[in-house]
Amino acid sequence: MVRATATVPRQVASDPIPPAASKAAGGARSVVRYVVLWALACFFLLPVYVLVVTSFKDPVDVSATRIWELPTSLSMDNFGLVWPKLSSGFRNSLSLAIPASLLSALLGCANGFVLSKIRFPFSNVVFPLILFGIFVPYQAVIIPVSQTMTAVGLRGGNDPTGGLAGLMLIHIIYGLPITTLIFRNHFVAMSNTLLESARLDGAGILRSFVDIAVPLAKPAFAVAIIWQFTSSWNDFMFGAMMTSRDSWPVTIALNNIAGGQSVPFGQAMAGALLVSLPTLALYIMLGRFFMRGLLAGTLQD
Amino acid sequence: MSAPVHVPRHSNAPPAVPFTPPPIRRRKRRGPAWLAGFLLVSPSLILIGVFVYGFLGWNVRVSFTNWRGLSPSYHFVGIDNYTRLLHDERWHADVRNLVVFTFVFVGGALLLGFVMAMLLDKGVRGEGFLRGVFLFPMAISFIATAIVWRWLLDNGSGDDTAGLNKLFAVAGLDFLRSDWHKSDSIWAIAAVALPAGWALSGYVMALFLAGMRGVPEALRESARLDGASETQVFWHVVRPALRPVTFSAMLIMIHISLKTFDLLYALDQGNLRIDTPSLYMWFTTFDGGFYDRGATIATVLLIGVALVVGPYVWYALRTERR
Repeated sequence: MVRATATVPRQVASDPIPPAASKAAGGARSVVRYVVLWALACFFLLPVYVLVVTSFKDPVDVSATRIWELPTSLSMDNFGLVWPKLSSGFRNSLSLAIPASLLSALLGCANGFVLSKIRFPFSNVVFPLILFGIFVPYQAVIIPVSQTMTAVGLRGGNDPTGGLAGLMLIHIIYGLPITTLIFRNHFVAMSNTLLESARLDGAGILRSFVDIAVPLAKPAFAVAIIWQFTSSWNDFMFGAMMTSRDSWPVTIALNNIAGGQSVPFGQAMAGALLVSLPTLALYIMLGRFFMRGLLAGTLQD
Repeated sequence: MSAPVHVPRHSNAPPAVPFTPPPIRRRKRRGPAWLAGFLLVSPSLILIGVFVYGFLGWNVRVSFTNWRGLSPSYHFVGIDNYTRLLHDERWHADVRNLVVFTFVFVGGALLLGFVMAMLLDKGVRGEGFLRGVFLFPMAISFIATAIVWRWLLDNGSGDDTAGLNKLFAVAGLDFLRSDWHKSDSIWAIAAVALPAGWALSGYVMALFLAGMRGVPEALRESARLDGASETQVFWHVVRPALRPVTFSAMLIMIHISLKTFDLLYALDQGNLRIDTPSLYMWFTTFDGGFYDRGATIATVLLIGVALVVGPYVWYALRTERR
């Protein structure tokens, strides 16, 4: 602040700019603003352009050197070729991400409620420890996770689900810190009067939780479920460690199909587009909740 | 440090909460009232305790052993693995790569995110659409992101020119042509800041935008009444209020940068010019069977993340408690 005043005063002195001039300057500034914003939008849409345009090209027309050219004819062949290689990945990821997101949201709801409304011994130590859990690099737990999962027979080929059940468990557990935080932020902002009157009516903690807190937490459920679904769907590292070929989640399938140089460019793009669709659809339809999940991660809901 | 501390109270206070009622006093008779609540959270607390903190400890323990190969060995070897890492060429390159990547990616994403938020803050036509365009990459997996960008960052030349280079050639900007992450320079990994920034600058924008919109309009208005120009309003009113957001955004981005794995893995697997500790850990452990070295790298990574995130968590809690 002190430094700032030293650098700016020249403009302070030259105060009232004639209104007309300032208007013109404002107009020019706003033109610049629009130009920059739309140029940035184009940059952000470049990969989308490549994805879409390439996916719909006829496979014989696809070439990396003609990446920016529009298709001469529309074709769904790339999708048709890549889908059989991805369909089991889709099934696996759905059967994994849906229960994982529901369960960790449910547990997070209970945690968030208790942490925001009830004081128990050491609760002020517990919360920072949970918070830090959001940021832990998974590399630092993955060796113990792999050992434990192998020991209990949930990893890869030894398991009838090919590791999916164990992977689901992993997503639930490592999702707990963020879902807890999302619900805690929600309940902290919730007024206590309802709970207080329920308590006066003789409701215990469980009763207030089930009858009052849960129904009032619908938006937080949306935030937590979307967040968890997206991160389970997009996870790569745990999936690669836990699953065998038949149970690959969609990201691993995609990487193994489209990652190699031998795979046709058109199929790689069609595959990447397909794999992105579910989370993208969630984002487009429920962007508001998605956004709140993002901000919750920064503790400033 | 003293000036900005009072500001977050305004910017962080959610407008949805006009007042904060006192917490319920749950010190009623019939036994400890917190017990039921405690039982409700205890399964989660046990899971987090074991799978996060227990496993972190287990991993640290592995870093002090000579466990190589598939069957675990817990023979204690002291800090041998750490001293060996200090003399490991690949580790040196990885740390250098990570530093370069973090500087370029975090710096770039913060700058871009800030500029986007600044431009959007005043309210422009089509704001919702633009925000959506800047943010949607957050919804897409790093694997899909990497698969598109590996074609955009193609390093073919001559008739083989593709990707961004082709776009440059068509636009007559040939001098911008680059070998990207395949170039023979220590800056190769800086090219990855492009896909990483593409994926995450929108997030930074969202943070800054929330921070800017959290500055009460009355504050800006009163500065304007005092004769401040828009630039001065920004500099004296908005900028100080943004310091906490800048701080959070920076720490969050650095910690993301340290953990970056999928993007590098899928962009160009095995390219040592974009190798980082998180990749080294993965390959040495699960491909090489060097569990001891893997655990050691993971522990160093954990320390790095804790150094970045620790102050952040502390600061966030303190701000909240006020």
